[in-house]
Amino acid sequence: MADNSSVVRQICGKLGNDKNRLMDILLSVQAQSGCIASEALDEIAQFLSMSRVEVESAATFYAFFSEERRGRFVIRLCNDVIDQFHGMDRIAAAFRAELGIEFGQTTPDGLFSLEYTPCIGMSDQAPALLINHKVVTRVSTDMVHEIVQTLRTTKDLGQIKFPLGDGNNSHPLVRAMVLNNLRQRGAVVFAPTTPAVALQRALSEQPVEIIKIVKASRLRGRGGAGFPTGMKWEFTRAAEGARKFIVCNADEGEPGTFKDRVILTEAADLVFEGMTIAGYAIGASEGIVYLRGEYAYLLPFLDDVLARRRAAGLLGRDILGKTGFRFDIRIQLGAGAYVCGEETALLSSCEGKAGDPKTRPPFPAQKGYLGMPTVINNVETYCAAARIIENGPGWFTSMGTQGSAGTKVFSVSGDCGQPGIYELPFGITVSELLARVGATDTVAVQVGGAAGRMVGPAEFGRKFCYDDLATGGSVMVFGPQRDVLGVAHSFMEFFVDESCGYCTPCRVGTRLLLERLRRFLAGTADGVDIDYLEKTGKTMKTASRCGLGQTAANPVLSTIQSFRQEYERRLKPNGAVFLSSFDPRKAVVTAEGIAGRASMHFGTQKSEVQS
Amino acid sequence: MSEPERKDVGFTIDGNEVAGEQGQTILQAAALANIYIPHLCAMRGLSPWGSCRVCTVLVNGRPQAACTMPISEGMVVENDTADLNDLRSSLVEMLFVEGNHYCMFCEKSGNCELQAVAYRLGILSPRHPYMFPVRQVDGSHPDVMLDYNRCILCARCIRASQELDGKHVFQFIKRGANKRVGLNSANGAGATNLVVDDKAAEACPVGCIIKKRVGFAVPVGQRLYDKKPIGSEIESGRAATSMR
Repeated sequence: MADNSSVVRQICGKLGNDKNRLMDILLSVQAQSGCIASEALDEIAQFLSMSRVEVESAATFYAFFSEERRGRFVIRLCNDVIDQFHGMDRIAAAFRAELGIEFGQTTPDGLFSLEYTPCIGMSDQAPALLINHKVVTRVSTDMVHEIVQTLRTTKDLGQIKFPLGDGNNSHPLVRAMVLNNLRQRGAVVFAPTTPAVALQRALSEQPVEIIKIVKASRLRGRGGAGFPTGMKWEFTRAAEGARKFIVCNADEGEPGTFKDRVILTEAADLVFEGMTIAGYAIGASEGIVYLRGEYAYLLPFLDDVLARRRAAGLLGRDILGKTGFRFDIRIQLGAGAYVCGEETALLSSCEGKAGDPKTRPPFPAQKGYLGMPTVINNVETYCAAARIIENGPGWFTSMGTQGSAGTKVFSVSGDCGQPGIYELPFGITVSELLARVGATDTVAVQVGGAAGRMVGPAEFGRKFCYDDLATGGSVMVFGPQRDVLGVAHSFMEFFVDESCGYCTPCRVGTRLLLERLRRFLAGTADGVDIDYLEKTGKTMKTASRCGLGQTAANPVLSTIQSFRQEYERRLKPNGAVFLSSFDPRKAVVTAEGIAGRASMHFGTQKSEVQS
Repeated sequence: MSEPERKDVGFTIDGNEVAGEQGQTILQAAALANIYIPHLCAMRGLSPWGSCRVCTVLVNGRPQAACTMPISEGMVVENDTADLNDLRSSLVEMLFVEGNHYCMFCEKSGNCELQAVAYRLGILSPRHPYMFPVRQVDGSHPDVMLDYNRCILCARCIRASQELDGKHVFQFIKRGANKRVGLNSANGAGATNLVVDDKAAEACPVGCIIKKRVGFAVPVGQRLYDKKPIGSEIESGRAATSMR
C-alpha cells in the first residue's frame, strides 16, 4: 500500500495537486495501477484537498476507469451498429475462444480484459478495437489469434505489427494502422495551406474586425447544432471575466463520426491556428483541446505539433511578434463518455468532474470553464474560421447554400463501396452523396449519428444543410439486408449506456423506449405501443435537460416517422388494437351515470359512446 | 429595515401578470405570486438544480425548467396546461417505476412530496412498466437510515450538505441508470460525519433519508399532505412570506 500511495502522491504532485486536473490524475492512476481502488480515492482526496466522494464521483463516471483491477491489456471491441454489421460477433467469438473469458471479465493471469465499447471513430474500417491506446482496424479472426499470441508471449504492445496507415498515421509519433480514407478534399478544411498565413493576417487586424469577418462568412458550428460562430465569439468577447478560454471540442463520440480524427491527423496545425485566432479575437490566452480518450493514440503527435508551434513563435508570448498577445493550448484527454461531447458536460470534465452537463443559462459564453467566459467550437469550425480569415468571407459564402455557407466534412460508413471522408459544399442531396460513395440499393441512411435521424428512399432528395438535414458529419448507409428496427435498437442501447443520469426523462426514458422497442423485435407489441413510443419520446425531447436527452428518442421517433410499416408488420397477431373486443370507454358509461361524473381515466369529458 | 422590494420584472404565467425581481427563477417568482408550479428537486434555500424536470413550463413556447430559468421582462410562461400536466405526470410516473415505492408501508407516506405531487396531478397508476430495481438499504448510521429504494436522485441531500451544513456527506457517483447518491466514506453512512440534526437529513422529499426512532410520531391521516394537496400552501399565500 505504501508503494501504491507514493505512486498516487507522485501523480498528484506532478499536476500541482490541482483538483481541476483530476481527469489526468485518474487517467494516470488507472494506467499505472490497472484500477482506481478505494484506497486511491482516499489518497487523491487527501492530496487534492477535496472530499473522497467528489473523487469517487468522477472516478466512477467514465467508462475507462474501473474499481476492479483490469488486465494489463484491455481489449475494447467496438460494438457500434456498423461494426455489428461488419463481423463484430465473429471477432467477439474469436476473443472468447482465445482468452477463455466473457466480455466484462479479466483473465486469471491478469493479462487481458475484454470489453465492449461504443463507436471509437473507425466506422469506415470496421470491425475495430482498442488495446489500451492502440487502435486495430479491419480486424479478422486471424488477427485476433495473432494479437493474443503476441501479447501472451512478449507482453509488449509494440510487438503487434500490422501495416501502418497512410499519411500521418505512419508518423513516428502515431504509428497506427488507421487509414484516413480521405476520398474527397474540399476547398476549406483539406485544401493545401501554409501554416501561419491565416494567423499573420488575423494579427494585422483588430480583434473586433476578426469577429466581423467571421460573422460576415455566416460560419455556423460544425458539431451539428449550427450556432453562428461569429455571434458566439462576440458574446464571449463582450462577457466579463478575469480570464477567458478557447475550448476545442474533439470529443467526437457521435456514432459513425470520424472526420475530426482525420482532421487532427492531417490538419492539426489548422485547428490550432483557428483556436489561436479565436483567442486573439475574444481576448483569451488559454486554449484547451478536449480529445476523446479513444483518440489517445494521437496525443504524442498533437503535443509535438503544439511544441513545434511554440518553437516557431505561433504559440506562447508575443505571438508572431505581436507584443502582448499570449496564447497557449493544452490537450485534455477524456475517458470514455459520449455525453462529454455536449459542451457543458465537456466543461465539467475539463474541470475534473463527472461529465454532467451544466445548467443553462448561463451559457459558456458567459460562464464556461472555471466559471469564465468560454468559446467552445468543434474541430472543423476552427479550421473553417482560420481559412475564412485567410481567404475572406466572400470566398466562404460562395460555397454551400444561403443558410449553410462553406463545405462540410462528412464521415461516411456502412453499406457502400468507398466509405471514408468527403469534404463537400453544403446543399448536396442524399442521393448525390450516395452515388459518390458507391452506395447502391440503399434502404436507409442515418444522418447525424444516433442522435440524428433515419431517412428512407422517399427522402433521398433532401439536402445536407442546417435548414434540412443537419449533421455533425455522420452518414451511415444501410442496404436491403439491414433491419432498421435493429439499428434503432442498437442506438437505444447506446443511449441507455451513455445517459449521464442527471435528469429524469433521459435517465428513465431511454430505458423505457428500449424496453418497448424490444417488444417489437420480439413480436409481442400491441398497436398502442407505437403511440407509447411516440408519446414517451416526445416527453424526453421536451423535458430533457441537455442535447443528449433531447435527441435520445430520435432513433425511435425518426424510424416511426420514416419506417412506420416496420413497426406495424411486427405487431403481434390481432394486436393492432389493444383488446379490440373490449372498449373501455363504453364499459364505464353505466358507472359514470351512477356516479354522476366522468371517469377519471378519460379526463374530464364524459365518455361518448359511438354507435 | 429590509430593503424595499424591486419587483421590476413583469411577465405572465398562464396570462396572469406577475412581477418579480431580477435574478429570481420562474419558480421563485411564481411562488411569491401564489402560483404553484409542480416541482420535486427544487427546495427553498438550496441552489437551483433542474434534474427532476417536473417543473417544466413553456417560456415563449419553448420548454424550460422553471426552477433554473431566470425571469425576464415580458416573458410568456405557460404552466397549468393539460399538455404540461400530462408531461409532468409522465415524469413523476418515471420516478415511481424507476425505484421501489410502496407508499402503504413507507414512513414518509403523507409527508412525501413525490406521493403528494402524484396525487395532485391525478395519477392513479403509472403508464410505464415497473423496473423493480435491486437497491441497497444502509442502516449503519446510529440515527439515520438510508433506503435507496425510494431515492429519486433529486440531489437535495447533496446540496443541503454542501450549502447548508458545510459538509460533503453526499455526492452522485456512477452514471446513467447506475447513478446513485454516494457517501463520503467507504463504509456506509455511519462512517461519515452526518449527524441527525443536519439540514441534509431533513432535505429528502421522499422516504430515502429517514430518522431512526421517530417513525410514525405523527399518525397517517394527520400528515402534511393528508388534508390539503401539495401546492395549496403556495396558492394560499402561506408560503410566500417565508420564501423571501
